[in-house]
Amino acid sequence: MPMVNRRVNVNRIAVHAALIFYTLIATFPIALVLINSMKSRSAIFGDPVALPTPSTFDLIGYQQVLEKADFVLYFGNSIVVTTVSLLLVLIAGAMAAWALGEYRFKGNTLVALYMAIGIMVPIRLGTVSILKMIVGMGLINTLTALILVYTAMGLPLAILILGEFMAQIPRDLREAARCDGVSEYRIFTAVILPLIRPAVATVAVFTMVPIWNDLWFPLILASGDGKQTITLGAQQFIGQYVTNWNAVLAALSLAIAPILILYVVFSRHLVRGLTMGAVK
Amino acid sequence: MADVSLRAIKKSFGKVEILHGISLDVMDGEFVVFVGPSGCGKSTALRIIAGLEEITSGELYIGGKLVNQIPPAERGIAMVFQSYALYPHMTVYKNMAFGLKFAKTDKDAADKRVRQAAEILQLTPYLDRKPRDLSGGQRQRVAIGRAIVREPAVFLFDEPLSNLDAALRINTRIEIAKLHRQLNATTIYVTHDQVEAMTLASKIVVMNQGRVEQVGAPLELYHHPQNQFVAGFIGSPKMNFVKATVTAADASGLTVDFGEAKPMSIPFGGTTAKTGDSVTLGIRPEHLGEGAGHAMVLTGTVEAVEHLGEASYVHVRRDDGVILTARSPGDSRAEIGAKAAVSTDIAHLHLFDAQGQAFARHSKADAA
Repeated sequence: MPMVNRRVNVNRIAVHAALIFYTLIATFPIALVLINSMKSRSAIFGDPVALPTPSTFDLIGYQQVLEKADFVLYFGNSIVVTTVSLLLVLIAGAMAAWALGEYRFKGNTLVALYMAIGIMVPIRLGTVSILKMIVGMGLINTLTALILVYTAMGLPLAILILGEFMAQIPRDLREAARCDGVSEYRIFTAVILPLIRPAVATVAVFTMVPIWNDLWFPLILASGDGKQTITLGAQQFIGQYVTNWNAVLAALSLAIAPILILYVVFSRHLVRGLTMGAVK
Repeated sequence: MADVSLRAIKKSFGKVEILHGISLDVMDGEFVVFVGPSGCGKSTALRIIAGLEEITSGELYIGGKLVNQIPPAERGIAMVFQSYALYPHMTVYKNMAFGLKFAKTDKDAADKRVRQAAEILQLTPYLDRKPRDLSGGQRQRVAIGRAIVREPAVFLFDEPLSNLDAALRINTRIEIAKLHRQLNATTIYVTHDQVEAMTLASKIVVMNQGRVEQVGAPLELYHHPQNQFVAGFIGSPKMNFVKATVTAADASGLTVDFGEAKPMSIPFGGTTAKTGDSVTLGIRPEHLGEGAGHAMVLTGTVEAVEHLGEASYVHVRRDDGVILTARSPGDSRAEIGAKAAVSTDIAHLHLFDAQGQAFARHSKADAA
């Protein structure tokens, strides 16, 4: 027994060591941003990896960021774009996944395949056409343009993941509901959706993070008229010759907060979602 | 209250035909059990009656009404699934009431029905629990409760006891029989377990490879199987089959050579069997005893002995390799590897032709 225990312990230590090492690497840039956002400009350049000391502690960056009224506006833009896109992706994605998985109709496979292509081809390859389309619709410099593009961007993966989870729901359950006289819409909303909640949380996180962090489409589709998102807004402190590092780092630190809160909200479900199906 | 009629029902999945034309009448209030080996199409037949599977050709009537195109909810049926199919996120109460919400049952009546069903099934203390907090037997009862509250004309059970352990299976079997007496609703029950079929059914439908082999009351099937398949399927342990050749045939009986010292006359008179035909003798283990005490004696080597307490099953291998199972008293002293004789009364014999169809038996035992 002691031998076995020791083996288990060695294994456990090795696994934890590897995970801790990975965590350090993954969180290092974020920690660097947070640490330096609270230091004076000279201290940032003097010793970038040092923690703020009483003499180098400075919240000037935050002060500058918050004093700029449009920063709150950018924040709001980001929140609107992210939440509306997220809702659209989840609602349309879940409905599409259900329809594609549950009902046999002409062109079913073709539509599913078309959606799969969306996962394989990066949406940024189509930037020029997207830009032309948005200009054609007169939606340039609107949040609507971003919402539409992000919804299209998130849908394929959402349909794939949600479809997989729905396929795991036993057929008997839907058939029992059908025997009970439950309508197809109610089967979807009252039986299927509650059961794939972990999957919805997983998809929500996977969809939300890239949208919130995106710089590309805001830069191209909505870069002016107070329609900038937070990532774009933070760029205004980066000049061609002089960069206000305090403000940039403070803005980025602030930008992390909402996504972090949402992540914590979803994460309990997320872990379940990622491991569901792996073990019974 | 309704009877169910299947008229030449066929079902194909793509090019594969699963059911080859099933015709059957289920009377109002009857307890009919579909039984057969896995893949025989019994579950498909049940799902067709439920409306979960489309009919390829043929007609299905429930309560005299053609229901081929009618969705499950409007057929007046309720189904209990093998996997229970309980909604995992709803309490026991909600599981049972869920269907009623959509059947436009008013709230008080629905509540009354659910509580009544819970009372019958002894589920009242568990109404607020989720299915995951229940044992297998309790889950099965919730599934049955969900069917009861719909007050269906026809109950459909799809192997409802397969996921329960042996002791619970027997209890639930008795409960289902009791429930059928209480509700007196038409019930169609699918199982692969012939013991369930024998104990529950008022009528058994034996299916094999998409066809109905025989329909009849349990004891009718046991005593008068129409063919070798039914003979082998009903009864446990399985009926013994012995190859034989007809050496003489007349109106009073057949003489068959079954591989022992001399041919023997058996009471199957007036059949179509002719001299030289190959036939198969069927002997149930419970009619085959150790020793040469009965008229028909078969010999071989003891291969295995199973002591069950109240009885022992002695497996005897004949020289041609066929293993016979004989039921002996619990204290059987048969020794493995020893030569042994087993014997049966010819009144208990079954006889099948080369195609497996049974010959009618004419003997004194039948008249009694």
